[in-house]
Amino acid sequence: MTAAAEGSAPLAASPPRRKSLLQSESVQGLALITPTFLYALVLLLLPILVVIAHSFWTQHYLTIDRTFTLENYRIALTEPIYRDLLWRSLTISLVTSLTTVVLAYPIAYYISFHGGRHKGLWLFLITIPFWTSYLLRVMSWKVILGYNGVLNSGLMGLGIIDEPITALLYNSSSVVITLVHAWAAFAILPIFVSLEKVDRTLIEAAKDLGDGPLRSFLRVTLPLSAPGVVSALLIVMIPTVGDYVTPKLVGGKDGMMIANAIQAQFGKASNWPLGAALSVTTMIVVTLMAGAAVFIIRRAARLAR
Amino acid sequence: MSTATSSPRQNRRRLLPAGGWLSVYAALYVAFLYVPVLFLPIFSVNTAATPKFPLSGFTWKWYEGLPHTPELLNAAWNSLIVGLSASVLSTVLGILAARAITRYRFPGRRPINGLIMAPLVLPEIIIAISMLLVILQLGLSLSLFTVVLGHVLVCIPYSMTVLTSGFEGFDRSLEEASADLGESAFGTFRRVTLPMVTPAIISSLLVSFTISLDEFIIAFFLTGTEATLPIYIWGQLRFAAKLPGVLALGTLLLVASFILLSVAEVLRRRAARRTQSEGGPYA
Repeated sequence: MTAAAEGSAPLAASPPRRKSLLQSESVQGLALITPTFLYALVLLLLPILVVIAHSFWTQHYLTIDRTFTLENYRIALTEPIYRDLLWRSLTISLVTSLTTVVLAYPIAYYISFHGGRHKGLWLFLITIPFWTSYLLRVMSWKVILGYNGVLNSGLMGLGIIDEPITALLYNSSSVVITLVHAWAAFAILPIFVSLEKVDRTLIEAAKDLGDGPLRSFLRVTLPLSAPGVVSALLIVMIPTVGDYVTPKLVGGKDGMMIANAIQAQFGKASNWPLGAALSVTTMIVVTLMAGAAVFIIRRAARLAR
Repeated sequence: MSTATSSPRQNRRRLLPAGGWLSVYAALYVAFLYVPVLFLPIFSVNTAATPKFPLSGFTWKWYEGLPHTPELLNAAWNSLIVGLSASVLSTVLGILAARAITRYRFPGRRPINGLIMAPLVLPEIIIAISMLLVILQLGLSLSLFTVVLGHVLVCIPYSMTVLTSGFEGFDRSLEEASADLGESAFGTFRRVTLPMVTPAIISSLLVSFTISLDEFIIAFFLTGTEATLPIYIWGQLRFAAKLPGVLALGTLLLVASFILLSVAEVLRRRAARRTQSEGGPYA
């Protein structure tokens, strides 16, 4: 590939030299990225297209009927069980992403504005827990929130409660707590990066023009860091909607999410087209929700200025 | 990067009087991040079989049981093979792509980059089921090989992030000098570029190995009968009596991840410093 690209470059070189140089540069760049691009194309984009195709087909026991139908989408959107799971997944991912971002912002702010020479160390400290196994982190929350768990036994030991609180584990809020903990680093980093880009002289200027610290924060720093808030929100919201491990381990019956239903379609229930339609629906709906969130934040940032 | 906050002490006063409160909050937040994770090692050396307070006594017995579990050793071996293959492959593919992105301008640069980085923001279950569908459609059988294929896909974005930060700020004039002195493109890459980016490459290897070692969902869908460590742990979680052993194993994995990532971080910083100190004044 590279050899072919380099071989063709001199041929095009005769007219203006600069153009050929650019051309050879783009050819070289493309040649270099091709293997990785093909890998993502064949193992990511193509499979996703196959999923979309499946969502319009029907499962007949072991074979798949390939006549076009919207029946799977009808089931995904109207059957109470899937509708409720989808709704709950969206709510959980929205609450999780908002909470994560709100909790992460002050930390990112602290590191960016007060981190001094230890910024790198702070960031490293914050990313470390994120690198430990996701499965193990979810498991540790199960250990903490369980009926005989750390929190209950600890509180009982201290004499604060007489009998274990059952409301801690196996519901939506235990799922949210676990997810907020699991995704913290993902929210802090983009906010930090955008805060680092905020021109400090603008804040000084706002001060000099008579804005108090809160006002200058609300009118200068916060709107200027909106891009970071947006990416933090998206990077938490989209993956959490399809989380499988957390609802399975700490969600109980009331904390099940759509991924658990999707998994069932590819496992026990063995209805691939329905599983595919559930996946596609989830992705579309979460994209719409994310789009709306981005729109609102951008709008708010513009108004604040 | 640090020029903007040249005097942190001064800034603390002037930018936000609540800086003191913020540092309290920061400390609490870090505690929130670490405390849940720290329960794993604590209860892995506790004599009681259920994790609860008060602690009943110190023991290594849960660790001693680990080497006598053949399935565990098997899973560990599988994880090692998958991790090594995935990290090498994703780093090689990452080097090519990161190099193309940081060094060249070409049509379609942004969408191609977007596609390669997409696994970072896609729910893993979507990646897992779509690969599963294609693999089954093609009539391929599920094995550790298919797990490696999936892991490479999710590791590439992380490799890319580490590698592009290693390649950026890299002094181009060194490469141009090498080309002017008659080196071929490949020769320049091998003799000038590669030595400068070696730390970033090692760091990418370590990061992707760690991700593969810990990854569950994709392995869960794409493996056949062979288990990796997270899948083995998942199976054990069904049995309450096995929990202390799992906590011990989890602690070992935690320590392994921590060591690998600390080394990766040190190397990444060294790489950044090297490319900056040698390329900085000219760039």
